[in-house]
Amino acid sequence: MSEIAQPASLALAVSRPRSPPFDWRRAVPFLLAAPLLLYMVVLYALPVVAMLLRSVNDPTWTLANYATLLDDVVFQKTFWITINTSVTVTLGCLILGYPVAMGLVRARSMAPFILVIILLPFWTSVLVRSYAWMVLLGRHGLVNEALLALGMIDRPIRILNTPLATQIAMIHILLPYMILPIANALRQIDPSLIRAASGLGSTPFMTFRQVILPLSMSGVAAGTLLTFVLALGFYITPAMVGGPRDITLSMLIAQQVDQLNWAYAATLSAVLLATALAILAVARKLPGVGNAFKTSMR
Amino acid sequence: MSSAGTNGAGSGKGASVTLSNLEKTYDRASAAAKAVDGVSLDIRSGEFLTMLGPSGSGKTTTLMMIAGFETPTAGDIAIDGKSVVAMPPYRRNIGMVFQNYALFPHLTVEENVGFPLKQRGVPKAERARLVAEALELVHLPGYGARYPRQLSGGQQQRVAVARAVVFKPRLLLMDEPLGALDKQLRENLQLEMRRLHADLGITFIYVTHDQEEALTMSDRIAVMNDGKVAQVGTPEDLYDRPENRFVAGFIGESNFLPAVVRGVENDVVIAECDGALIRALCPGRPSSGEKVTLTTRPERLRFADSTWIGEQMPQNRLSVTVTEAVFAGERCRYMLQAGDGTSIVLKEPSSAAIRRRAVGERAEIAWSVADTILV
Repeated sequence: MSEIAQPASLALAVSRPRSPPFDWRRAVPFLLAAPLLLYMVVLYALPVVAMLLRSVNDPTWTLANYATLLDDVVFQKTFWITINTSVTVTLGCLILGYPVAMGLVRARSMAPFILVIILLPFWTSVLVRSYAWMVLLGRHGLVNEALLALGMIDRPIRILNTPLATQIAMIHILLPYMILPIANALRQIDPSLIRAASGLGSTPFMTFRQVILPLSMSGVAAGTLLTFVLALGFYITPAMVGGPRDITLSMLIAQQVDQLNWAYAATLSAVLLATALAILAVARKLPGVGNAFKTSMR
Repeated sequence: MSSAGTNGAGSGKGASVTLSNLEKTYDRASAAAKAVDGVSLDIRSGEFLTMLGPSGSGKTTTLMMIAGFETPTAGDIAIDGKSVVAMPPYRRNIGMVFQNYALFPHLTVEENVGFPLKQRGVPKAERARLVAEALELVHLPGYGARYPRQLSGGQQQRVAVARAVVFKPRLLLMDEPLGALDKQLRENLQLEMRRLHADLGITFIYVTHDQEEALTMSDRIAVMNDGKVAQVGTPEDLYDRPENRFVAGFIGESNFLPAVVRGVENDVVIAECDGALIRALCPGRPSSGEKVTLTTRPERLRFADSTWIGEQMPQNRLSVTVTEAVFAGERCRYMLQAGDGTSIVLKEPSSAAIRRRAVGERAEIAWSVADTILV
């Protein structure tokens, strides 16, 4: 600050009243959001808290509900299936999504068209898409018919109601969550860096490995996290196209609620929520991922 | 010298570059929109050549074609006599400095400078030695572990230069490398670029729109306009003997006098301008009666009634009226008007001993034939 400006600001500080009168203009943003806030608190936050509380106060204040999970074989198998499915789906999305993100960024006039293709399923309900997969993957579905016609199989194979069906359908549904953050990161790479690499003697493949891939890692991290956390809590798709014995955590929760087994359902919900939050917390600490949060917020 | 050394076939350390009828059209539908339109240039081994021109003149496009980032629509580019048009940029072995430096943000200074060596399979120990050497060359030793964002603009620019020369290319291309820096820093770096050019002995092709930068640094300048080369020559050639009106107007300040040719004597053309006979240098042979434009620099004009100690008053004279007089410290700048209405600028070194002219005053100006060019 310049010396000339100082006296003026001092004078301001002195003339400021000790307790400023309440400024209504500052309250306006809060007032505008108040109805929604009230709605969320009463109809969402409170029931969620009440539900989660049942895991520790049903029938009395106790941690017994959690203790039983330690040697609950059904829970452990379900938890394992859930993690396994989420990892597979996330990897599938990454492998299929990264090239698409690159194509999206490189395509100039075609880019809006590609974006619509990516987002089209995004605007359709998960239920509808899961039904579509039931039709496609069924015994007399399009996939089986095509394989039969090509002579690759002699009789229809079982795809629907297997873990594979869950994975195929979930990868399809979650792909946009992987593609968009990666495309966002790729778009922010200065094209002159790629020219520079090429001019400095780097082949296109080496440029990808040494420049494009490392600079897109923030997007990869964001997409992976988003996809994985969403996959953890997926319910409709595994319930509709998955195998009857391949139960995920969300399916088990629904089952317990059906049986009015509230305490157990609440405990499982708490575990699912805690797992998702723990993954986010750990991921934030990883180098490069913290930036991904900022990038995806932009 | 090492595995990083090149194996070019030309003489000396620098590559020679030949551009023949180079053309680039972006819009295939209209051939009129040629970004580069028949550029032919012979760049000698070890030369510092600057392509100078306003934006859109095709200078950067030409540079990008030499680097291999753009493919010519027609014509040929030969480096050391071998056509490189079909060669991808990563095989051309050319150093390049970009306007925005294009440093890899995820790599340290050391890794950035070592990048071209890594692509060439130079072993790690050798790489470290060459990187240190290159950082020394640009006066940035000890900065290896930092990231580009931790450096100032000038430092980033030096890193970009180090990275472009570390693999000992025979040719270095620079696309307005000082464009983003402030004036003071630019002037320092201009001198450093010259020193670097002298130290390395390789060919530099430099692109800029800043005429002062071009005049200070270059061995030769190719002035570009509208996708074509307007003139190629040394800075003195371009300033003292512009071949056309564009070059005369683009480099430095020029007066343009409309005249009619009255005769030719050897290399000197005699033209009538506002009733006075003016002699001008002219390589061609204009015919009598032809309407032409003569050009001369404001600082080469003097008032005829100045004291001419030890020299003869020059031959070219013209009567004028002072319309504006501005004192600018080291010099006085006068706006004059000839009888036919032509505006003429005259710059006179200031001295308390010289009488200042008043607006409205009538005067005669004089200048030498050697400073008058027919364009």
